[in-house]
Amino acid sequence: MMGQVVKLDKTADAARAAEQARLAAANDASIPTPRPRRNLAWTPARIGVYAFLIAAALFFLLPLYVMLVTSVKPMEEIRLGTLFALPRHFTLEPWAQAWSSACTGLECNGIKGGFWNSVAIVVPSTILSIAIGAVNGYALSFWRPRGAGLLFAVLMMGAFIPVQAMIYPLVRVLASVNLFSSLPGIILIHTIFGMPVMTLLFRNYYAALPLELFKAARIDGGGFWRIFLQLMLPMSTPVIVVAVIMQVTGIWNDFLLGLVFAGSEHLPMTVELNNIINTTTGERLYNVNMAATILTSIVPLALYFISGRWFVRGIASGAVKG
Amino acid sequence: MVKKRQNVSIAAYIAILPMALTVLLAYLGTMLWTARVSVSSSRTFPASDFVGASQYVRLFSNERWLLSLQNVAVYGVLFIAACLIIGFLLAVFIDQKVMAEGALRTVFLYPYAMSFVATGLIWQWILNPELGIQEVLHKLGWTNAQFDWIVDQDMAIYTIVIATVWQASGLVMALMLSGLRGVDEEIWKAARIDGIPRWRVYGSIVLPMLGPSVSTAFVLLFVMVVKVFDAVVAMTQGGPGTASEVPAKFIMDYLFGRANIGLASAASIVLLLTVLAIVAPLYFVRNRRAALGA
Repeated sequence: MMGQVVKLDKTADAARAAEQARLAAANDASIPTPRPRRNLAWTPARIGVYAFLIAAALFFLLPLYVMLVTSVKPMEEIRLGTLFALPRHFTLEPWAQAWSSACTGLECNGIKGGFWNSVAIVVPSTILSIAIGAVNGYALSFWRPRGAGLLFAVLMMGAFIPVQAMIYPLVRVLASVNLFSSLPGIILIHTIFGMPVMTLLFRNYYAALPLELFKAARIDGGGFWRIFLQLMLPMSTPVIVVAVIMQVTGIWNDFLLGLVFAGSEHLPMTVELNNIINTTTGERLYNVNMAATILTSIVPLALYFISGRWFVRGIASGAVKG
Repeated sequence: MVKKRQNVSIAAYIAILPMALTVLLAYLGTMLWTARVSVSSSRTFPASDFVGASQYVRLFSNERWLLSLQNVAVYGVLFIAACLIIGFLLAVFIDQKVMAEGALRTVFLYPYAMSFVATGLIWQWILNPELGIQEVLHKLGWTNAQFDWIVDQDMAIYTIVIATVWQASGLVMALMLSGLRGVDEEIWKAARIDGIPRWRVYGSIVLPMLGPSVSTAFVLLFVMVVKVFDAVVAMTQGGPGTASEVPAKFIMDYLFGRANIGLASAASIVLLLTVLAIVAPLYFVRNRRAALGA
């Protein structure tokens, strides 16, 4: 028994080295690396290229800029109709208000409740959907139980199905087991809707590993779960990182599912944000609204700016489903 | 590499149980349920009678549904075309060995990390007729400038195009750019020797080679079009009036607001069939190509 464990560890080491090499190669393939730059003369064509890119960059940055400056201006300044002007009286009051006292109808508790609701939804949903996706991908790549291929094909079609065609029956089913409008309910829903992409992601990753690795582990006497936990999972860090980025971003940004399934006690931040801004009572506080919008976008934006190329890899692998 | 089936242990079957349940119950089961409800006279609660296609007949004589179909068609064509063109141009221009490439890519893609709700709300503010861009134009002395599309019945749907194109064209850029970087350097050398201008190489040689990237981008964008809901709710709530109504929102309103699940189910089956009609052929072509090894 001890011998087997040692052997399995060795296989794992060899595999990890192989995987690192593969990953280095994959990095070059999946991420666009710039071609070596030569010193190019400032021809009119070059200037045109830069003019286009700078103009485009300004267009893409404009909403972020407007959002930021609006969120730190007092309302008197906003009423002047100077959308693009920098604030003359800088204030963080709108941010404080957005976080803890902005109103949705009669309740004025800000968006902080939504923030924590989103955290409570995102963390377990991400973990659960990745765990199931990884096991699915592993079983599909190496064990291939009868019928699994067909299930997988149907699951992939599921990625394209408009949610609307599933929503009502899901509401009824969840209601019948008392999970509708509850935290476990919305977590289950996110796990179901995340399953196609997560399964695909892990299946593709494991399918690219050398089969010899798996065979050697089998000969060493590894069973289904032991090979998964001791050999495959330790090699899966890169794909798990991509999966975490995809799921956290996707679930955090979800609106429709949270609106229907989470229930009023667990509304995610996107739904609360929309309620705050599109509420019809009282004067519209644009500075508070923009601060709340930034607060809602901070998590996915931070993840994007920190993870950079990993985020792009997620897009590339998510896009495979097309 | 052909993998032979292992002696599959019981554990493997247990492991895929969640997937099997999800596929059978959550995907197939719910779709069958919806299809069944769509041929019944259900209103607030599902009825077990059979009324043939009468829900579909009612659906296609419903003004609001027809309007939402028209809107989503206009929206879809403009959104997909704009995203593909802008994304392709950005990728090509970035591919010209420019400075600060990483920074530019980051700028073009960051909106994609934001939710459609946030996107809709930001653009709702920018396009606000009292204090937004229109007012800025007035302040600049261009006093009869008109840019109040978001409150204009005929133009509201275009504001949703603007906002979502801003959000999603970076995605197309990222896909196209990795396609461009996969183009063989030899092609560029050959073209240079033959004296073919760069823009012609892009148009006539490189673009056709990007076929797979384009079809991937198309499918992703198409799915976004069918699902468009969040951005509309956040930006215009389907208004002014019902001017920017879309099918996904129509279905949600009839499911939960108007409690007419028969009609809503018929509408979602129409939506489902549309998606399958567009996506399935693309899938088929791609698999065939892969099978032929082309």
